Amino acid sequence: MPDLHGFADQLLLGLWMTVRLALSALGIGLVLGLAGAAAMSAPLAPIRWIAHAYTTIIRGIPELLVVLLIYFGASVALMAMLRPFGYTDYIELSPFVAGSVALALTFGGYASEVFRGAFQAVPPGQSEAARALGMGRVAIFFRIVLPQGWRIALPGLGNLFLVLMKDTALVSVIGLEEIMRKAQFAVGATKEPFTFYLAAAVLYLGLTIVSMAALAWLERRANRGMPGVKAS
Amino acid sequence: MNVDVMIAALPKLLEGAWLTLQLLFISGFFGLLLAIPLGIARASRSIAVKALPFAYIFFFRGTPLLVQLFLVYYGLSQFEFVRESPILWPVLSDPYWCAIITFALHTGAYIAEILRGAIQAVPHGEVEAARALGMSRATTTLRIVLPRAARIGLPAYGNELILMLKGSALASTITLLDLTGMARTVIARNYMPLETFLMAGLIYMIITFVLVRALRFIEHRVSAHMRARPGGAVGVEPTG
Repeated sequence: MPDLHGFADQLLLGLWMTVRLALSALGIGLVLGLAGAAAMSAPLAPIRWIAHAYTTIIRGIPELLVVLLIYFGASVALMAMLRPFGYTDYIELSPFVAGSVALALTFGGYASEVFRGAFQAVPPGQSEAARALGMGRVAIFFRIVLPQGWRIALPGLGNLFLVLMKDTALVSVIGLEEIMRKAQFAVGATKEPFTFYLAAAVLYLGLTIVSMAALAWLERRANRGMPGVKAS
Repeated sequence: MNVDVMIAALPKLLEGAWLTLQLLFISGFFGLLLAIPLGIARASRSIAVKALPFAYIFFFRGTPLLVQLFLVYYGLSQFEFVRESPILWPVLSDPYWCAIITFALHTGAYIAEILRGAIQAVPHGEVEAARALGMSRATTTLRIVLPRAARIGLPAYGNELILMLKGSALASTITLLDLTGMARTVIARNYMPLETFLMAGLIYMIITFVLVRALRFIEHRVSAHMRARPGGAVGVEPTG
């Protein structure tokens, strides 16, 4: 065990921040993904175009650029939008909010494709039967399509979450004190870059292993009652 | 939104895009070289053979690219033998080579995993047929398994190339002026983050678009035998 020169508790604080960032980005990202999937099959063509433009753009530009764009660009855009209403104060997004939104936008762009494929894989007879029983559109979505589509979407969403968790390291670039930022502080004080970046790598590996175990559990749960389907 | 600012930033950004493309293709080439033995070993049935590639792939897929980049660029200088080596130090103190080495190691792990899946997806009958014709194991791998796996893995490889293009933006964190790094430099002068980052995003999108098109063209070329023939019958993959 290498000597961490008393920075172990700082790294653990960073770990906690990384977990909070990943989970809040996951929450917003899932909502964005569901909204994106719904918009892609909307009856109105312009809504479909917007949804397709969103997923195409988000998949074409680097995550780091999205983080920087939201952190530095969103405050400029917000101030320009609010100026006509007489609001002239300086607006600054906190790194946590900007990071959560940026990572959620990325997650949501990919997740809407995953959700769309999963909902299409639920046999149409299922929602037809529900409608014949007199269920409303909202009830059909939450009671019939979502629970069955969830099972199909879960492996894809799991992979996206593993990517999201590694992307949280990018938010250190805008100054959020998560694992990487804490490691940088420790490197500055001790001049032992290899020790601390390796410690950071070990923490990320730990997060990946825990997440993989949690995802396998979720998949087993979602597949209960499905004979012959095993969690990957 | 100020279009003049976007156009004024264009020459600098294109200069950055050129570095991004260099990083992508040079590291992509070395990553592929690394991935071939790694993928073959990973597909092995012997635990002793696949343990090392498994650990390698697990590390590089389980940790952020940023950590790997910092480990190579900042981390290795912690060791005295690196700093005093006349061969290692000129390479490892240059951010350009550090980025290429890290990206190659990173993408190599991902490509190896794609290759493993593709090797395992090659129909057994074809391998058996090759063995029955008297081909040695090495010849079978070289002539039958790898060419077939290359075609099976091509779409996934295309996705990996796009992911690596986006990952290359991290080069800007170790002082390189790639497309993202150049955008940040331009912003330090014009104070127009929204316009400049959007312009950089547009250039990334154009590169992505061209790459996707090129990969589709290659896929089309290597799957000629799968398409309908002029005679009417649909081409069937010869299987054993």
